[in-house]
Amino acid sequence: MAFTEKTRGIYSEILTGLKDAGLFKQERYIHSSQAADIEVEFPTGAPLKKVINICANNYLGMSSHPEVVKAAHEGLDSHGYGMSSVRFICGTQDIHRTLEQMVTKFLGTEDTILFPSCMDANAGVFEAVLTKDDVMISDRLVHASIIDGIRLCSAMHDTFKHSDMEHLEEKLQLHNDKRLKYVITDGVFSMDGDTAKLDKMVELCEKYDALLFVDDSHSSGFIGKTGRGTHEQYGVMGKIDIITTTFGKGLGGASGGCVSGRKEIVEMCRQKARPYLFSNTIAPPVVAGVIKVLEILSASTDRRDKLESNTAFWRKGLIDAGLIIKAGDTPIVPVMLFNAKLAQDVSRDLYEEGIYAIGFFFPVVPQGQARIRTQISAGHELHHLEKALEAFRKVGKKYDILGKSKQEIIERYGM
Amino acid sequence: MDNMHEIIKAYVIKEYVEDDTELTYDSPLISGGIVDSFSMVSLKRFLENKYNISIPDDKATPEAFDSVNKICKLVSEYVK
Ligand SMILES: Cc1ncc(COP(=O)(O)O)c(C=O)c1O
Repeated sequence: MAFTEKTRGIYSEILTGLKDAGLFKQERYIHSSQAADIEVEFPTGAPLKKVINICANNYLGMSSHPEVVKAAHEGLDSHGYGMSSVRFICGTQDIHRTLEQMVTKFLGTEDTILFPSCMDANAGVFEAVLTKDDVMISDRLVHASIIDGIRLCSAMHDTFKHSDMEHLEEKLQLHNDKRLKYVITDGVFSMDGDTAKLDKMVELCEKYDALLFVDDSHSSGFIGKTGRGTHEQYGVMGKIDIITTTFGKGLGGASGGCVSGRKEIVEMCRQKARPYLFSNTIAPPVVAGVIKVLEILSASTDRRDKLESNTAFWRKGLIDAGLIIKAGDTPIVPVMLFNAKLAQDVSRDLYEEGIYAIGFFFPVVPQGQARIRTQISAGHELHHLEKALEAFRKVGKKYDILGKSKQEIIERYGM
Repeated sequence: MDNMHEIIKAYVIKEYVEDDTELTYDSPLISGGIVDSFSMVSLKRFLENKYNISIPDDKATPEAFDSVNKICKLVSEYVK
């Protein structure tokens, strides 16, 4: 047996190291379905506590929407539980193709291919469409799944400083001799809630004959006037060559992802993308659920409109309370605390007050930029947000950070 | 120190240093986390363009790029 005491010792030491460094992640068991009000067992074994969830990616409140749940039930009855196959052998049902066509229409692209997750879409797409003659130029803050995809691809890779268009232009000039140049960015950046400057990026891509890739996981369904994503917000629909997105956030919250864009690129993925070729197809009830989500969102903008007004209310409430937030207009609203321990203490105290929000600190965000990331949902009612604001005011007062500048907070608590 | 050291140091600062970290010719760039190994590419391309040389991929290792001094040594081997 190879798993000897020595081997066990090696792993124990690493895990203890993570605990000592405060980097050990612990799950909290939720006993209810995902919604604004949830019931949580934390720590494990503790009695259930009713809390308001302000840290889910459930932007449109679709995770437990009755019509979506009903559609998933119907999909289960009509198309079964699972397909026991990858797509190209015997894992493609009529509804898989229907969903691809609906996503294409919703995003305003040429074609779409489903993946088991957006992690898989990002991990598979670059290798499928690029070779060593090409270059990938990515924003320095893109999501981890994109980094993995880039690592798997033989094309040259370079980066530009976050959202720095001059730097991007320099990189496009530097790599102008390459066969294909791909500029790679998130649409909404998940840690800061800021958006990529897609209008400028399209302009640069046109000037230098480059292609543009956007991961719109934190945008699809609600950013832009009709919720199509960051490309709608920046007026560049039809000009993004590849959009990847997830069905695990605004678009239902279950699972699955896709690559949507130029039809030749999508076809290349169908022929060559490994997570598409070698991983099981999305389960029929999930497909049926996402179809319903897209029907609801295409029929009316009510939910994204409600999310927009909830977000505005929340941002203003935090600012009025004297807290420091990252500027922006997306439902990702980081409350800046700068110090890692302070972020953890505030998170714990908020939980005591019935508010579930998590502290983020180095290495997830840069040193000295610890924060509580709050995420607003169309599933929140004003009373949820008011209660959460009340809790932030109370806890903020306890730590004496209300109305204090960054400088003052750092002086008191350290970086 | 000569011009090449200053040029390379200035490039590294402009490209990779986002705060006021002090840089010397011996500062560990890659092992010190200043330049991530992904971004080495543009450094290599910059050197090749600037000095009109071609550095073989197997010579452009993280070790060979780990300080301004080491980079200058590497570049010098290829400058005619
Ligand atoms: C920007 C971004 N891309 C991709 C993903 C992965 O999506 P999925 O959960 O579908 O794998 C996430 C989710 O964490 C994300 O935030």
